Amino acid sequence: MYVAVKGGEAAIDNAHHLLADRRRGDRSLPAITEAQITEQLSLAVDRVMAEASLYDPSLAALAIRQARGDMIEAIFILRAYRTTLPRFGVGLPLDSRTMRIERRISATYKDLPGGQLLGPTFDYTHRLLDPTLSGDPEVPEPSCRDGGVGDLARVSDILDGESLIETEVDDDAEPGDITRTPQEFPLSRAERLQSLARGDEGFLLALAYSTQRGYGRSHPFVGEIRIGIATVEIDIPELGFAVAIGEVRVTECQMVNQFKGSAARPPQFTRGYGLVFGQSERKAMAMSLCDRALRAAEYGEEITAPAQDEEFVISHCDNVEATGFVEHLKLPHYVDFQAELGLVRRLRTAWQERGDVAGGEEGDEPIGEAAQ
Amino acid sequence: MNAVTYNFAYLDEQTKRMIRRAILKAIAIPGYQVPFAAREMPMPYGWGTGGVQVTAAVIGPRDVLKVIDQGADDTTNAVSIRAFFRKVAGVATTTHTAEATVIQTRHRIPEHPLKEGQILVYQVPIPEPLRFLEPRETETRVMHGLEDYGLMHVKLYEDIAHHGRIATAYAYPVKIAGRYVMDPSPIPKFDNPKMTMSPALQLFGAGREKRIYAVPPHTEVKSLDFEDHPFEVQTFTEPCALCGARNVYLDEVVLDDRGGRMFVCSDTDNCESRRAETGVQS
Repeated sequence: MYVAVKGGEAAIDNAHHLLADRRRGDRSLPAITEAQITEQLSLAVDRVMAEASLYDPSLAALAIRQARGDMIEAIFILRAYRTTLPRFGVGLPLDSRTMRIERRISATYKDLPGGQLLGPTFDYTHRLLDPTLSGDPEVPEPSCRDGGVGDLARVSDILDGESLIETEVDDDAEPGDITRTPQEFPLSRAERLQSLARGDEGFLLALAYSTQRGYGRSHPFVGEIRIGIATVEIDIPELGFAVAIGEVRVTECQMVNQFKGSAARPPQFTRGYGLVFGQSERKAMAMSLCDRALRAAEYGEEITAPAQDEEFVISHCDNVEATGFVEHLKLPHYVDFQAELGLVRRLRTAWQERGDVAGGEEGDEPIGEAAQ
Repeated sequence: MNAVTYNFAYLDEQTKRMIRRAILKAIAIPGYQVPFAAREMPMPYGWGTGGVQVTAAVIGPRDVLKVIDQGADDTTNAVSIRAFFRKVAGVATTTHTAEATVIQTRHRIPEHPLKEGQILVYQVPIPEPLRFLEPRETETRVMHGLEDYGLMHVKLYEDIAHHGRIATAYAYPVKIAGRYVMDPSPIPKFDNPKMTMSPALQLFGAGREKRIYAVPPHTEVKSLDFEDHPFEVQTFTEPCALCGARNVYLDEVVLDDRGGRMFVCSDTDNCESRRAETGVQS
């Protein structure tokens, strides 16, 4: 006799114990520490902080460890924690001009005030597996410019002086907050940039790539990429002035795009903007290409490609939402499936009866919706 | 590192207040999808985060919670959500429909009739009934505003033209109080008639899509149909093989690989109660 399946609770507990076991792996090896992850897998930590929208390297490292290195799972864990945090204030806008520069390059000028600064980049490394990294080899101290580099004019400021690039005007509007107000399309650019900043790196990368291959082409040049440490300041009403509360590493990308002009606007370069927590040029560049593509309507450009479609891009760029909904398909759906089974059986019976009468054939008809 | 602590029912009070305002608005405009600033929850989007947020906003320490998925109290996700509220709210839980004050559900409405004072919270994946006809939110919002549901009727009509019947077996669209067309969540259309004039409050939460909507008690819920093709529900030829119930929704259980099948109640609580009353052993 059939007995309904019971014991979900015990099964879940056992699964979690097994997960903990696999996470720890071979007990004869030392467990990795969050400090090791923060120091030696720092770009993984940066990605988790960026897409979780929470700047806390040690918590991000903990999330990576807890997630067994699954980045989207780690992002999700850190996001779920972030959402419970109280808000005690709003920071002043970061000033990327005065940040302590670790890397700064421009593809539009051979040389410029402050120069090109390569910084800690994979560029020009030969991607050959390096067996000497195994173990713990001695690493010599790097040589850096004394005192660091700060207060470098941005390439966009240089172009701005000649009115060759559109001027960004501060309209004094309070920026929206996508984590506190429900999105309503069309979004403001501030809200759009917030969504892109926490959007999935891979998704934005693919969309950015598609614009380069002709799906919403925007003729981009890297005006400037800069990576460095920016000071976070907050206004304290009781004091009447702003105080620094900490520092964050950010990557900023200013993409310069051609614009031939329209009846309302003169020919001018336009901007795509990317700003990401941590060191992530790939993400910042992809973000700036997507930002520019999404401004198509602003410039009266024809919207023909996915990357230019705000509702499409923003509704699908969040990997925590996407992974949840895709993976929910593994939850039981047998009530709906039963309903579909019954329907398909009835339709098949009707189809066969029609065939018996007409003796002819009919094509299969698609029916029903995908599982929800 | 900061100490990690959580409020009663996980969400902070400001967030609960925001959600309650959305719920009140939803009750005031039956069937209308109210946008709300859904939070990340500690379970994945698509796994009931909307329902969990609604439950967290309405539940109090003296409530008794029941959680079902596919009609059953012991499916893994129902177990997980029930355990979550036991942990973060310390509320009493039950599997008995009649004893619960708040019932969170995915894909079913309990067979036992609901009564006044009970709240049924539905987990909703895609709140927009027009989404598969028109993917753009900007468009569907206008269609609801203008009460322009022609597209939906054309879809249902095309079903009849192609298949001789409406080929929607679950998430069957309904019209609330003669105004808004609403997605009842992916419940089988078998359950649709239970929604109309129900004395219980029905709340719908879609976390990923950030929408809340409601059917207040004693509100008309009409499944869309045509005069010559009236709405009809699924029927089963056999009764439940365990409790003998008829006119309930059944799951088809595969017994072997030689075509052996049996049909048993999808609502496990209803099935168990009936067997306890009649003394039938499974």
